[in-house]
Amino acid sequence: MGVRSPRWPVRKPLPQARERGESGPARRFAAAAALSLCCHGVTHSNENAPDRIDTPLVATPGDAGRGQRIFAERDGGHCVLCHAAPGITQAGNIGPALHGVGARLSSAQIRLRIVDITRVNPGAVMPAFHRTTELNRVAPERKGQPILPAQQVEDLVAWLSSLK
Amino acid sequence: MKHHCEYSLFALVCLALPVFAQANPPQSGRDFQGKETRALEADEFANPGMLWVEQGAKLWREARGAAGKSCADCHGDAKQSMRGVAASYPKADANGIPPGRRVLSLDQRINACVESRQAARAFAWESRELLSLSAFISHQSKGLPIKVDITGSAAAAYARGKALYFQRIGQMNLACTHCHDQNWGKTLLAEPVSQGQPDGWPAYRLEWQTLGSLQRRLRACFFGVRAEQPAFGSDDLVALELYLAKRAEGLPIAAPGVRR
Repeated sequence: MGVRSPRWPVRKPLPQARERGESGPARRFAAAAALSLCCHGVTHSNENAPDRIDTPLVATPGDAGRGQRIFAERDGGHCVLCHAAPGITQAGNIGPALHGVGARLSSAQIRLRIVDITRVNPGAVMPAFHRTTELNRVAPERKGQPILPAQQVEDLVAWLSSLK
Repeated sequence: MKHHCEYSLFALVCLALPVFAQANPPQSGRDFQGKETRALEADEFANPGMLWVEQGAKLWREARGAAGKSCADCHGDAKQSMRGVAASYPKADANGIPPGRRVLSLDQRINACVESRQAARAFAWESRELLSLSAFISHQSKGLPIKVDITGSAAAAYARGKALYFQRIGQMNLACTHCHDQNWGKTLLAEPVSQGQPDGWPAYRLEWQTLGSLQRRLRACFFGVRAEQPAFGSDDLVALELYLAKRAEGLPIAAPGVRR
């Protein structure tokens, strides 16, 4: 695909007109932004396509069993705080239930949503679990660190992708 | 009979109108607590926060500092002199100390009095004395609607507080509004998310096993989203208190509250 696009972290603040069901200026802006990318000779590979991150963040494949624990554990992602999922006895309801998410979204789409949900939904309540830039007033002991390390993101991707 | 029904319907519509007219009436944090916690707050003999109120009543009458004055020496019976005061804080008080220069939280206002009128050393943040006095004074406004002035020298603090309320902060990248405007009533695990209203503060928090200030509670939220915690009495926290008070306008003071 021509020029190899850089791997994560890459942040392209492309408004997701189609995803958010918008029309008019937002959609036109998205089109213009996409066009300007092409004109600058950047090959728009799947790597930095706005809706997905195709390449796993680490070489070691994600482990679905570990992913389920990370989903539930306070020291992990603690995703249960907001999301219900199969096999989880108690969960919050701020975010959508994730039953069957593996059938609705590809692994690449799930990966992007964990890494930085704001790239598909700028107003999202969900934290960007693997982004360290463009954050305000981060506690000193957390500065420069993502909420979840790359391997844990991959473990989560593996488990969520298995929920068909 | 038919007329009777129509009358009833009319009355019903009239009763319902004020509810609809106010799109988002503020709702006390009490409403998001469990049944037992609500019962504990409602019963003045069981409410553990009342211990601080009683202590505050004692401190109110005690002479202190080089001036040898008590609060009562200047303010008399708090039942009258302090009625409604807490409902108007934070405030840039033109007759206050320092006069109208900056917005003070109730705790800061108490300490300003302690230092200047009693010539005593200011109480430490979250000290038993300061919490007792603020609980006692807040309790004198029980049932009175929150109403704050955000004009004049308070305007800048209000704007600062509002900006902070809507700013995404911390490693979790969350603003107050994400939970307390957009998702109140939903649950974080099993815990209902409240509107973040200040009416019940200072409050006895079961998690702390003690009474604490609203600023302590706000700092806990900063910690929760993994953001740098502003210092007690910082302009940030006072500004946020002011924004919350304005947002809560009309809600009756219910201090001391009891929270999880």
